[in-house]
Amino acid sequence: MNDAAQPKVRVATTSLAGCFGCHMSFLDIDERLFELLERIEFDRSPFTDIKHCGPCDVGLIEGGICNADNVHVLREFRKNCKILVAVGACAVNGGLPAQRNHIDLGECLEEVYVTEISLAKGCIPNDPELPLPLDKVHPLHEVVKIDYFLPGCPPTADAIWKFLTDLLAGRTPHLGHGLIHYD
Amino acid sequence: MTAEGKTASFQLDGATVPFEPGQTVIQAALAAGHYIPHLCYHPEFKPHGSCRVCTVEVDGRTVASCTLQAQDGMEVLSQSDRLRKEHQTLVQMLFVEGNHFCPSCEQSGNCRLQAVAYDLDIMSAELDHLFPNRPVDASHPEILLEFNRCILCELCVRASAEVDGKNVFALSGRGITKHLIVNAESGRLADTDIAVTDKAMEVCPVGVILRKGVGFRVPIGERRFDRQPISAQAREDAPRRPTTGNEDST
Amino acid sequence: MGTHAELEAIVDRYSGESTALLQILREAQEIEGWLPPATLTCLARLLEMPRARVEGVAGFYSFLHIERAGRYRVLFSDNITDRMAGNSELLDRFCNSLWLERGKTSEDGLALVDTTSCTGMCDQGPAMLVNGWAIPQLTPARVDEVAELIRSHTPVEDWPAALFQIEDNIHRSDMLLDASLEPGAAIRAAATSGPLATLEAIQCSNLRGRGGAGFATGLKWQSCRNATGDMHYVVCNADEGEPGTFKDRVLLTRYADLVFEGMTVCAFVIGARKGFLYLRGEYRHLLAPLQEVLARRRSDGLLGNDICGQPGFEFDIDIHLGAGAYICGEESALIESLEGRRGIPRNRPPYPVTHGYLQQPTTVNNVETFCAAALIALRGGEWYAGIGTGKSTGTKVLSVSGDCVRPGIYEYPFGVTVRQVLEDCGAQRTQAVQISGPSGTCIDATEFERRIAFEDLPTAGAFMVFDESRDIFEVASNFVHFFAHESCGFCTPCRVGTTLLRNVIDKLHKGKGSQHDLNQIFKLSRLLQSASHCGLGHTACNPLLDTIKRFRPAYERRLESLEFEPAFDLDGALERARAMTGRDDAGAHLRTDE
Ligand SMILES: Cc1cc2nc3c(=O)[nH]c(=O)nc-3n(C[C@H](O)[C@H](O)[C@H](O)COP(=O)(O)O)c2cc1C
Ligand code: SF4
Ligand code: SF4
Ligand code: SF4
Repeated sequence: MNDAAQPKVRVATTSLAGCFGCHMSFLDIDERLFELLERIEFDRSPFTDIKHCGPCDVGLIEGGICNADNVHVLREFRKNCKILVAVGACAVNGGLPAQRNHIDLGECLEEVYVTEISLAKGCIPNDPELPLPLDKVHPLHEVVKIDYFLPGCPPTADAIWKFLTDLLAGRTPHLGHGLIHYD
Repeated sequence: MTAEGKTASFQLDGATVPFEPGQTVIQAALAAGHYIPHLCYHPEFKPHGSCRVCTVEVDGRTVASCTLQAQDGMEVLSQSDRLRKEHQTLVQMLFVEGNHFCPSCEQSGNCRLQAVAYDLDIMSAELDHLFPNRPVDASHPEILLEFNRCILCELCVRASAEVDGKNVFALSGRGITKHLIVNAESGRLADTDIAVTDKAMEVCPVGVILRKGVGFRVPIGERRFDRQPISAQAREDAPRRPTTGNEDST
Repeated sequence: MGTHAELEAIVDRYSGESTALLQILREAQEIEGWLPPATLTCLARLLEMPRARVEGVAGFYSFLHIERAGRYRVLFSDNITDRMAGNSELLDRFCNSLWLERGKTSEDGLALVDTTSCTGMCDQGPAMLVNGWAIPQLTPARVDEVAELIRSHTPVEDWPAALFQIEDNIHRSDMLLDASLEPGAAIRAAATSGPLATLEAIQCSNLRGRGGAGFATGLKWQSCRNATGDMHYVVCNADEGEPGTFKDRVLLTRYADLVFEGMTVCAFVIGARKGFLYLRGEYRHLLAPLQEVLARRRSDGLLGNDICGQPGFEFDIDIHLGAGAYICGEESALIESLEGRRGIPRNRPPYPVTHGYLQQPTTVNNVETFCAAALIALRGGEWYAGIGTGKSTGTKVLSVSGDCVRPGIYEYPFGVTVRQVLEDCGAQRTQAVQISGPSGTCIDATEFERRIAFEDLPTAGAFMVFDESRDIFEVASNFVHFFAHESCGFCTPCRVGTTLLRNVIDKLHKGKGSQHDLNQIFKLSRLLQSASHCGLGHTACNPLLDTIKRFRPAYERRLESLEFEPAFDLDGALERARAMTGRDDAGAHLRTDE
């Protein structure tokens, strides 16, 4: 395992329309993290300060696609990562945010910014700095090609560990009973 | 029994499965402890043949094993690569057809759709989601109908008609617009004669017909399909006589 | 809602039979143009059946409306041949002139305009149905005339008869269309030789079903005759839903006696006392004329008791009208529909010959099959077997439409080449022919020497011609939409698969596809073919597979990239937010080429 000649696998991670729960679960692999860090190094990720993704081996993406910015980040990852993984329920099928999909976006915005008393003082913000929301929340695989899926809300630390060790060892990841969960 | 007096049997993925006259392939297989994935089949009801998840191959023909009469000497395949892929796609279709957000579903862990998907190693629906708009019916004081999760298996329809004698449920629409309806002019469950003790209350394989206020009772880890994968519980689906829902099981 | 008395009168006319539910709903709808919730409740009470079942049936058929529809329900036929003849422009023109939005009942409850699957007027399209009545040969002037009649609230009964004039367009006839049978002749011949000898004639004729599947008619009749039951039934399948097919319409218009004669001969052979003609709703205009023929035959002693003076030979025929559901052409779904249920194909076996209508032995045959059977009863099986080819005896009536000078009805002995038909109908620069409708086969110019016969190109009759100016992708797309609309929804692969295929096709149509989408088509097609419950699902992907094989560039032109394109229009998905915020800066858009 500790073959110094073997280059480290470069991994990028990000959270789109997610809750960082998947990232927290990743950290829950605890001391196995040290073992992992001997094999991998992080590129763009909340764990580092890198702002843009460079060429990577693996991209792990938490959260679904709910706005234009999510699309840009997802495309950046797809362009740079050889293997792209949708991590967690939201990335896999839209998850909780997608439960707004049966409500008209216009009504949603009205309700949040106009009807409810809010900081926006009764108007829908139109600052070009803000990413525009899509009319529906979509899972990642409907926007770019996704190579692997790791379901769970969040996937347990054990599931993440099993998935990554399989991947690093060159095996097709397989979770099996007890680790595969959609909740 | 065959004419010669020996027990009639067929081959299922190389295993010998005995059967009684009148049994279909899935009934005999489950009774013998062999699992074939299925959703609309239920041990207490006449096989229906609509979900197609129990599709098998017999002499090069692809057929639903729930409605296929077992015959002596038949060679049945249920686990080839091709069939497994087909089973997966069928289950994935059921996921994208509705709105399934397992983390917020009371049935998670006890849900057959989810369990069948786990067993088939389905990591994602992969297909494009249809995200239908299906409002819930919360009109009834004790029962909630969460149509977003309906897989149109008609088990509630059958249970209500055949066991409860009530016809609380039926299907309307056609094609992709097919949907469950209830027996009331208002379209509201509260205006039907459903009772929490009805058989129709206990047959739903997914999380549509729910008792209010009793969700999430069993802790994660101890729910039915946490304990064992659905494929290890084949015998529980062996054919049996219908029991009425009126015997309170709790 | 219709008053209780009105509904009661309808139900009484059908003796309160639950099997007549579809007929009752159809008539009840005529009261107000739709079936309000209270009407369904009232009918359920009168028929003593669960209300949910009544609603379930009403919700299944396209021509029954459980949401408010207009006083005038206008449905434009939307087969590819209607498209090629410009139905879309006519529909737009019509909507504009009446200030209507397609698919939405107008505020004042005046009209509902929408499209419907092929109405069987392909040789005289584009066509429309107004409250169920067919109007062919639409032109801008005719469409304006219809709009004006609606604007002036003229009842449909008072519209000019010329609007509803339907042509037969028979361009080539052979032994079937040339037969001038004296009513009763075939029955008398059968009665003289007896049921067994008649059955033998049918068997030795090698007659095979004309509805598509080509099952041996003699064998079917024999199995049904031998099956035990309280009653035997004869059913004539006149659902003719396969787009591009209209020969049964002409047979029923011009040769109704021959059809009924064949049904009566069948009844004589299998021992049936009751028969049904299941007439597709699109042919509503044929109902009254056919009923007149039946009445005449009754008074001539060709139906009823002691038919043709044969003591104990008792038989009569009822006509059931469908209500817009292609699946009801599938024989077991047809039987379900006859029984007043949703048209869902049954699990088979058992087959209709042993467990058909009301679980009794039932023979279901196509209109044309019965015509041929009548002739065989009269002239013998050997005579018939001498026509056509060895495996396909007799003649086939084709419904020719599309790009040709003389669309219409052509009868040929089996074995005729496609090229011959193309020549006869005056087709030029033909690129492709769709044989037997969307569920059949699409062939290209290299295959025009192929023959119309069960052993080469089997067909239920449709023969749609596309010349070189046509985009074959549009043809396939039209058919894919047809199947998605007509799937009964019983089984998962077809219910979901036909809709997923439709979505993929629409994506390609917008030029947004990728190789991934083509792969999806293949994957879904394989599943439909192998796992579907009935023939509709098995054949629903034929148009795609056939045309991708023969006209692949028509698809490739529509690919945006070779790898992957989003499932939905990204920039379009921002439209709502742009409208709400009033933004239109660069950040408010998502380009596809990034
Ligand atoms: C989806 C589907 C639609 C069909 N539509 C028709 C139809 O419109 N008319 C018809 O005669 N047969 C139709 N058939 C075939 C019938 O099921 C049946 O085979 C036929 O009526 C038997 O009559 P035949 O033996 O005289 O052909 C259809 C089959 C399928 C699967
Ligand atoms: S019904 Fe089953 S699959 Fe659907 S959300 Fe609930 S647990 Fe998940
Ligand atoms: S509610 Fe449940 S039991 Fe009823 S049809 Fe839907 S999934 Fe089946
Ligand atoms: S294949 Fe299609 S039409 Fe046939 S039963 Fe299945 S859903 Fe219905």
